[in-house]
This record gives sequence, C-alpha cells and structure tokens, in this order.
Amino acid sequence: MSEEIIKDVMVGENEDYIINMGPQHPSTHGVLRLEVCLKGETVKYLIPHIGYIHRGIEKMCEADTYQQLIHLTDRMDYLSAHMNNEAVCLCVEDALQVEIPERVKYIRTILDELNRIASHQLWWCAFGMDLGALTSFFYGLRDREHILDIFEESFGSRLLHSFVMPGGLMHDVHPNFQKRTKEFIKYFRKKLPEYDQLLTGNIIFQNRAKGIGYMSRETAIGYGVTGPSGRGSNFACDVRKIAPYGAYDKVQFNEILGTGCDTFARYQVRMAEMWESMNIIEQLIDNIPEGDYTAKMKPIIKLPAGEYFRRVETARGELAVYVVSDGNKTPYRMKFRTPNFSNLFVLNTLASGHKIADLIAISGSLDLVIPDIDR
Amino acid sequence: MLNKQELTDIIRSLIPETEFPDGTQLLEVIVPAEKYFSLVEKLKSDQKLSFNYLISQTAVDFLSHMTVVCHLESVEFRHLIVVKVLLTDRENPTIDSLTALYPTAEYFEREIFDLFGIRFNNHPNLKRLFLEDDYGYPLRKDFRDEINIIER
Repeated sequence: MSEEIIKDVMVGENEDYIINMGPQHPSTHGVLRLEVCLKGETVKYLIPHIGYIHRGIEKMCEADTYQQLIHLTDRMDYLSAHMNNEAVCLCVEDALQVEIPERVKYIRTILDELNRIASHQLWWCAFGMDLGALTSFFYGLRDREHILDIFEESFGSRLLHSFVMPGGLMHDVHPNFQKRTKEFIKYFRKKLPEYDQLLTGNIIFQNRAKGIGYMSRETAIGYGVTGPSGRGSNFACDVRKIAPYGAYDKVQFNEILGTGCDTFARYQVRMAEMWESMNIIEQLIDNIPEGDYTAKMKPIIKLPAGEYFRRVETARGELAVYVVSDGNKTPYRMKFRTPNFSNLFVLNTLASGHKIADLIAISGSLDLVIPDIDR
Repeated sequence: MLNKQELTDIIRSLIPETEFPDGTQLLEVIVPAEKYFSLVEKLKSDQKLSFNYLISQTAVDFLSHMTVVCHLESVEFRHLIVVKVLLTDRENPTIDSLTALYPTAEYFEREIFDLFGIRFNNHPNLKRLFLEDDYGYPLRKDFRDEINIIER
C-alpha cells in the first residue's frame, strides 16, 4: 500500500514541467514572462507572454503633435533613444520636404554611433552576467559612464534625451562636445581589448556560447530578425547601408556579417560593431561643419495628407515608422515596427532542445529590451 | 533592383485585379481580400520579385472601412512594396493569414487582432497579445474609454 502511494507522487519519466520564467526574473531583462515546458533540464518549447509594460504608445501618438510624440519614442527602446527620435524626425522631414543643415546630419550620426556603443556596452555587461561572469558588469558600466557624461553635458539627461527634433536638434551641442568625444574614443580604443581578454578568449565563456542557439539565414529572414542578431546569421540587413540617412553616405564603414549563426557569432558581431562605430565617429568628429542647429520650422507642424514610411538602424535592428496623416497637426495613425518585437519570437525556435541555462545565454545574445516589444 | 514601372507590369500580369494608386512615397498595390494571399504568395515565390522579408504588417481604421497594410522587401534585390487590402465589413472583418509564408506574420497578426479586432483565417494561434480578452479594440477610431482617455 505505502509503495503505491509513493509511486503516485513520484514524477514519471514522460511527464513535462511547465515553468514560468518571469515576469520578474533578472535574466529576462525586463517584464517578460516565458512559459517554458521542460523535460528534465531540457527545454521542449517555450511561449513568450508579453504586455506587462504595454502603454499604448501608438494610441497616445494619435493625440499628440509631432514635437510632443518625440518624447514617447524615447520610452520604447530606452537604450537607443536617439535613433528612435531620429526615425520620427526623418519621417516628418520627408513629408514636409525640409532640407536639414549639414551640421545637424553630422551631429545626429555621431550621436547615433555614441548611443550604439553605449548600448552595446550595456549588452556586454548583461551578457556576461547572464553567463555568470560578474566582472564584465563593472568593466562595461565603467566605460559607459564616459558616454553618458558626454550626453549629460550636452542634453541635460543621460538616458532619455529627446534631443533630436523635427528639422534639426533641440539646441546646439556643448562646446566641449568635440573634445570630450575625441577623448572618449582615445580612451575606449585602449579599453576595448580588455573586453576581449576578459570574455572573448575565455575558454569557459566560449564553451557556454559556441554551438548553441543556431539560427539559419532563412530563419532570420522569415522571422524578420534584424540588427546584430540577424547579421550573426549572415543576413545583410543594415539600414545604414541599404538606405543611408544622416551622414552615413559620407563615411566609409563595413557591415559586420557573421557566418557562425550561433550565440557566439552574434556576440562577435556586436564586439566588431563597437570598433566600427568608433571608426565612423573618428571620420566625422573633426569635420562637423559650422551652421545652424535646426532648419526653419513652423511652430505647428502639419503633415500633408498621405502616408510616410522611414527606417533607421537602432542598436538592436531595424526600426520602421509608418505615419498616416490626414492633414491635421496630429497623426491619424502611427505604427512603430520595433526590432525587438520580431527578435523575441524567434526564441522558441532557437532554444528548443537546449538546456535551461543555455536559454539564458540565447535570450541574452538576442539583446532584448522589453518596453520596445510592448510599446 | 527593379524600378516602380517594371514591378507594376510584372504584378499586373500575375494578378490582373490589382490597383496601383498614384503619387505615393513607395510603390503601393491594392488587392481584393480574396486575392490577397495568392498575390503575396506570388510576390514571394516569383524569381524576379522574391519579396521574402516582411518588414511590418499593420492596420488602419478609416471608420468607413479598414485597411491591412504590409510592407515587403526583397533581401536580394532590395526593392520595397506596400500591399493593401480594404475591408468594408467593420462588424466582422476577416482576412487570410500570411503565417504560412512568413513566420513573423503570426505575431504581427495577433497584434492586429488585439488592437483592431480583425480576424485571420488559417492562423495557428489567434489570441490577444497585449490586452485582456474583454478590453475592446483600442486602435479603432470609435473606441471610447471614459475613465482613462480624456477627449479634447
């Protein structure tokens, strides 16, 4: 009798566990809940549940003027705030056919790349932490602080700066901006090899990252995985090359493509992108033309009736803005195609069949920012 | 990369019922709902077009009708096209799902269902994505929420 009871309680070999990872789990990098079906320690499948930080930004945009809704776009992907602003501004400038000054294009591009470096630094910190390496967190945040200081001096804020406005910039950059950016590049060129010494060449790290989360090129295109995650699978999706905006047509840079298709390939693409971003900044920083910081804009912006579509490359992939205007001062409909939304849903394909510890590494390599998914 | 005129000619020969409005930023094609799936299938599989990357899929509510808008790009040739479908039935709007062609469409369509209430045929898992089941469809223009939204 007693043996029978024990048999009932014991979990059979064919039984699956359904476990909720999140929404308050540190390795999901925000309020994301993954419903993970486990067999032993192996992931059978997982279902992402989102909507915990859905603020209805698209609905709010319908009640705001174009200058006001810039501030909402910061709050989507808060680590690429600058690129998010720029996407909307490019749309408005396209619609009004405003010619923006050269100075603005140069400064916007430099800020884009500084923001990309800052974002990749934070990703590198967190990716090390995901795999259990605490030191990387200190290294990354130490260097990111220098960029945030440059931002704070010029814009007054460190993370959500809303500095790009339709037609140009909110105000001119600080006189120290050029000098401090050059100092930072000089500093970070010495520090970035330390990152490689700490993680890239580390055999424990390599064993954790290599050969897991295989994403073929077809999967990446089918799921619309863009940015460094897509480029790690040899999917050439860099909007800076496809449809150059700002001053990207004036600089020489390479689109980094990986062929490994695994977690380590995505890691390497991001590391190489930091070098490439520094190259872009160095080509531009000495040549910023003098001039106005904004084109002449009317205080009330009314877009001509019609539809406008522009894309930019954020630190995580392709951000597309689709505006439908009916001629009023507020947009009739505003759609943001955010990179993380598409990047998240490939996770089931990548993680199925791997151990639960590898799931953390794979989701870390996709570099998800949850408010960008929920909007 | 094909220009707008060449794309127009090829698509006209594939599906004659298509319309091409003038004066748009990108090339746009309007297609009847019953031909929507077969058009996108041909856009993807045709050797010269090869629209294999679905950038975004969304909907717009115009009160008299709704439109479903897809932005498609070819990774090899880098040409872009906007596919639009007009749905006049706002009570029970239904359209075919593109999930069989593009896996990412599954989630774009769930989002559209969540925010606009457009149903998709042959969708594997048509559930709401962000909101609760009894919330209503907030991006429709006749949506009212007296507690949370202040009318100006």
